Amino acid sequence: MQPVNILGDKMEIAYYPGCTLKTNAKEFEETAIKVFEKLGVRLKEINKWYCCGTVYSLATDNLMYRLAAIRNLIRAKEEGYDKLVTLCSICYNTLKQTNLMAKEDEDAMYKINSFMDEEPDYDGSVEVLHPLQILNEMMDEVKAKVKKPLDKKYAAYYGCLLLRPKEVAIDEYENPSVMERLIEALGGSAVDFPLKNECCGSYNVACNKEAVIDANYRIITNARKNGAEAIVTSCPLCHFNLKEIQKEVKKAYPDFVGLPVYYFTEIMAMAFGVKK
Amino acid sequence: MNWLLSKVEELSGENLYACYQCGKCSAGCPMVNEMDLLPNQVILLVIRGDESVVDTKTPWVCAQCYQCGVRCPKNVDITKIMEALRLIKLRQNIDHIKLEKVKKNLPQIALVSATRKYTG
Amino acid sequence: MKMVRIYIMGKEYRVPEGLTIMKAMEYAGYRYIRGSGCRAGFCGACATVYRKEGEYKLHADLACQTTVEDGMYLVQLPFTPANKAIYDLEKIRVDDKTLVNFYPEIARCVSCNTCTKACPQELDVMDYIQASLRGDVAKAAELSFDCIQCGLCAMRCPAEIAHYHVAQLARRLYGKYIAPRAKHLEKRVKEIEEGKFDKDMKKMMKMSIEELRKLYNARDIEPEEEV
Ligand code: SF4
Ligand code: SF4
Ligand code: SF4
Ligand code: SF4
Ligand code: FES
Repeated sequence: MQPVNILGDKMEIAYYPGCTLKTNAKEFEETAIKVFEKLGVRLKEINKWYCCGTVYSLATDNLMYRLAAIRNLIRAKEEGYDKLVTLCSICYNTLKQTNLMAKEDEDAMYKINSFMDEEPDYDGSVEVLHPLQILNEMMDEVKAKVKKPLDKKYAAYYGCLLLRPKEVAIDEYENPSVMERLIEALGGSAVDFPLKNECCGSYNVACNKEAVIDANYRIITNARKNGAEAIVTSCPLCHFNLKEIQKEVKKAYPDFVGLPVYYFTEIMAMAFGVKK
Repeated sequence: MNWLLSKVEELSGENLYACYQCGKCSAGCPMVNEMDLLPNQVILLVIRGDESVVDTKTPWVCAQCYQCGVRCPKNVDITKIMEALRLIKLRQNIDHIKLEKVKKNLPQIALVSATRKYTG
Repeated sequence: MKMVRIYIMGKEYRVPEGLTIMKAMEYAGYRYIRGSGCRAGFCGACATVYRKEGEYKLHADLACQTTVEDGMYLVQLPFTPANKAIYDLEKIRVDDKTLVNFYPEIARCVSCNTCTKACPQELDVMDYIQASLRGDVAKAAELSFDCIQCGLCAMRCPAEIAHYHVAQLARRLYGKYIAPRAKHLEKRVKEIEEGKFDKDMKKMMKMSIEELRKLYNARDIEPEEEV
């Protein structure tokens, strides 16, 4: 097999799950590990990890909310990895942004390293990746593994945190295409739609659900009008906001017609003929 | 410089005077329907030192989606300005939500995010 | 007798070397009305925080288990206010949301590790809170098994978590719903209910303290059965 540049010469990579991959999004983790195994890439869960804290702290003076992410990177490094992959878009964003800070902000890292006096110093040397970046280089291998080509029209929904801020974008931040290429490689047809990188309302679901209901209506309706028969995503929170509340959306908007929502690894598993 | 502006600049690290009020941020904001103040108006009020801005809905419905920031022609990252406004409240020990009242059985990712953005 | 200087709530005392903090405080004239129980490191009543001269570290320990050192500044923290969730163990279900539903504040953990550093039982407190957050009840129960509920972790936590209550719920759920049932225990409970020991009990209730002591000292200690 061709070497995957982004992985270097290794076909095993440290894997950070995050809390939701062990709870609501178990099917995401299970299918991811299986389909990557089919592709010859092993996602090895790091032995110890901590909730990344989800949304990255944006205050210039809040280093506390970055401790967890740094600890996770230290754990990966301790286990001998220089690359870490994570499935959840929010975990990816937080770990990636924190690692950028670790590389660039000496002053902040001095404070963090002094505070965590029980940990070895961290220098930003673990590269954070999203699986879609790996797949981006493996489309031919993906094609070769397809047993039951997909036969639906899928809309790839990226949301925010795989693409923004620009520094952490896994693809063109205004017009990404990696998931569409994946869908096509799996035999499905990819539907383009304008709201593919618009926010699902995120944590508003905890206390301002109307905002999420509106976003859900807009996004799913927009995808449907462009011909989609299903939505594909990589974020457990998008997945929840788009899928689990469709009943409530229907109540608020009687003309609403829902769509099934899948993780990208779930449609890969379907096409590869991998059992859940 | 008024205290509000200097506090927001300190917390966000952004230069609010760079904004020329083109409104592109508000045009692209996915949460704008829920807001009582448009993102570009937030900037204006902070520059004017109008403290009522910290009591508007806008910073709390902001979903930290970074859309405004990546699209701003003047490189003003409003995402960070919204965080600064939330923190002005949260750091006075005034939480935006009571965690005990939040709906049960939310996915961990939603609950953790809510604690980060709505409690201090 | 060699004496050491300690400071109790800022006031200097000279106390004999080698005493525990608890004994030293009594030596200095304090009397424990609360904040002391077993005096053997089990009950968790005697939480103490102290600093040593020339060190920024804030130590947390049990007064009955820690020996005084010269230049120690200390205070007792006999109680940590914390709300315990109210639940009926018979009625609640165990799933990956149970702990976080009863104690949503665990979602505020920032992984600062302060709790772990404070724990006199040397538990991985941060790790059990993290396990609780991701719904791993079995792991939270296992990691917190030796918790004596002293409250020191909760006093130090910036996220205002009451760790030991979370851990207690985890262990209760684990005991009731996850751990395999202990067969020998079930058997013994049945025997008790059937009155197998009633006669012996009645006999013992009539014995003198002396006789009881003899009986106790001569008892068989059963080897632990495999579960
Ligand atoms: S896009 Fe930038 S310059 Fe335009 S109004 Fe918004 S912040 Fe100001
Ligand atoms: S970051 Fe907030 S203000 Fe900016 S576009 Fe997104 S929701 Fe709107
Ligand atoms: S976990 Fe907390 S309450 Fe339990 S023994 Fe350790 S410090 Fe005390
Ligand atoms: S002290 Fe609190 S915030 Fe810090 S690691 Fe422990 S539980 Fe988490
Ligand atoms: S008195 Fe019981 S642990 Fe110290």
